[in-house]
Amino acid sequence: MGALLGVLPFFAYTAAFLVIPTLIVVVGAFLDGDGRPTLGNLSALTQPQIVSAFVRSIVLSVVTAVLGAVFGALLTYAVSTARPGGLMRRLVTSLCGVLAQFGGVTLAFAFIATFSAQGFLTVWLKKSGIDLASTTWLYDWDKGLMLVYTYFQIPLMLIVFLPAVEGLRPQWREAAESLGGSTWHYWRRVAGPILAPSFIGATLLLFTNAFSAYATAAALISQGSPIIPLQIGGTLSSEVILGQENVGKAMALGMVAIVAVVMTLYVVLERRTTKWLGS
Amino acid sequence: MKTRTARRTGVAALAVVALIGMAACSPPTKTPDSTSTGSGGVKASSATSAQAFGGMAALVEAAKKEGTLNVIALPPDWANYGEVIKGFEAKYGLKVDSAQPDASSADEITAAKNLKGQSKAPDVFDLGTAVASANTAMFAPYKVATFGDVPPALKDANGLWVNDYGGYMSIGFDAGKVPAPVTVADLLKPAYKGKVALNGDPTKAGAAFSGVVMTTLSQGGTADDISKGVDFFKALKAAGNFLPVDPTGATIASGQTPVVFDWDYLNVAQGAKLKGTMDWKTVVPAGAVVGGYYVQAINKDAPHPAAARLWQEYLYSDEGQNLWLKGGARPVREKAMVTAGTIDKAAYAALPKAEGTPVFLTPEQTDKANAYLTANWAKAIG
Repeated sequence: MGALLGVLPFFAYTAAFLVIPTLIVVVGAFLDGDGRPTLGNLSALTQPQIVSAFVRSIVLSVVTAVLGAVFGALLTYAVSTARPGGLMRRLVTSLCGVLAQFGGVTLAFAFIATFSAQGFLTVWLKKSGIDLASTTWLYDWDKGLMLVYTYFQIPLMLIVFLPAVEGLRPQWREAAESLGGSTWHYWRRVAGPILAPSFIGATLLLFTNAFSAYATAAALISQGSPIIPLQIGGTLSSEVILGQENVGKAMALGMVAIVAVVMTLYVVLERRTTKWLGS
Repeated sequence: MKTRTARRTGVAALAVVALIGMAACSPPTKTPDSTSTGSGGVKASSATSAQAFGGMAALVEAAKKEGTLNVIALPPDWANYGEVIKGFEAKYGLKVDSAQPDASSADEITAAKNLKGQSKAPDVFDLGTAVASANTAMFAPYKVATFGDVPPALKDANGLWVNDYGGYMSIGFDAGKVPAPVTVADLLKPAYKGKVALNGDPTKAGAAFSGVVMTTLSQGGTADDISKGVDFFKALKAAGNFLPVDPTGATIASGQTPVVFDWDYLNVAQGAKLKGTMDWKTVVPAGAVVGGYYVQAINKDAPHPAAARLWQEYLYSDEGQNLWLKGGARPVREKAMVTAGTIDKAAYAALPKAEGTPVFLTPEQTDKANAYLTANWAKAIG
């Protein structure tokens, strides 16, 4: 009874901010403007601009997840070789803790303040004769937005991947070397297979992190709604094309389905990682 | 009523929550004066003109008895509404209760629904056309004395809604930074590389939508088929000239958006604000004049039906129309007032010049353009 009381706030919280909104989305996706059941919202998802927004969202998330995972993993390894408790290590991990949460409007603003036509880097370069003021790459989803997303993916990778790398025991390497194995053998046969599940799991986490991000993209991109969270935002805020709210809910349902697949993979891998590192 | 919906969403959401809260707490007070009747025994809430109510004097008297007028979403610095409200109060001795001045058109409708039957409900609306045409069931038909001066395309035949003021789509530019564009096609030149911005996404914002229509006309297209306008933006993007930044007063002042497609009254207002620091000029391209008007309507459940009708009479009088004009907006009776010589000549001369017949989209043309934009805009500038 006491335990139940203890978790009650948690359940109330998840009900209010997760379960009920999800139900509203799921139910709304199957209703028309007058509240009658319909499959029209789901079939509206096959419109080319919505399909391409889904494709772009997935490409954006995969690319930034892989870039974040690879560079993040290299950084993680570098940090793990530093002296535990040393200044370098504490500095990098706490910096990453901050940067991984440095998203949304503030991050978009930081990039605009640096790279846009009146950004300080652009103005400074102009003084030295290089004119970047007339380029608009920053506002393209496959250039600027990818760069901005990667900026918060790499530090997040370090935070989620560092515990796994720290789990590697020096004795394993010594054992491999004493049996005549080279560095390559050690990574290929010992460390690699041990780290693989958590590496892939972390990559999946980065994928969902990028896939669901809205504020950063909304602050940076104001034309064309290239990715799916912006498309959903458009159905809710448009003053030109009205009555699209439930198509927006259907798009959200599509996102839920994609994230559900990814999270299932993550849970399967997580179980495997725990087994390996725990034994 | 403002076009800047996206930037106001947070505030609007809060306002909606607050409204729901208010609606839940306050007791359903009986609307005080919905029974005011004119000399002919007609109820103010069903009067379709001052004549039908027994004349202007009877309407003024009934409105004075009600004492208050509830308006919503009328920013004092927008089309000179601050002065309009003061003028009305001074002339008729009514109190104007102005709620949520920065709310959007959709918020006005939401407020009317949530506060229905209460004395705080809005009496009148000032709406964007899309929101207005989707909510005509909430309006009461009323014809002001000057109803005949309003061109037929700009009103409902029964007076359910009437356009009030508006402007023409224009190009605002920083004359100190870029050469003055003579035609829209000039914007494809290298001098405008990375400098041309549209006020919003045309699938979301009304101003941007009209910008695409204006571009269509400048490229020899018609309001029936806006593909030429979308193709132009595609070419603009390919040339590297299209700047996908949502322009605001701040981006203009900082020099980030040196060329902006927006309503002429907003561009002119920017120019006035930046006078001395930046030479911000406004042109309406010749032969590509696209008009956009806001819509005035009376809430059919107005708690002050006589005051609501008197407000309409005031807005469409020479005095009300000239006050809007003073704020840089074009009043809907512009033509008739020029002919009659009652227009404020100084304010009228200060408007940007427009050559060519203004084009207004019919609801059918708007629907068709929306469908085309939905399918093609992202592709064109992606």
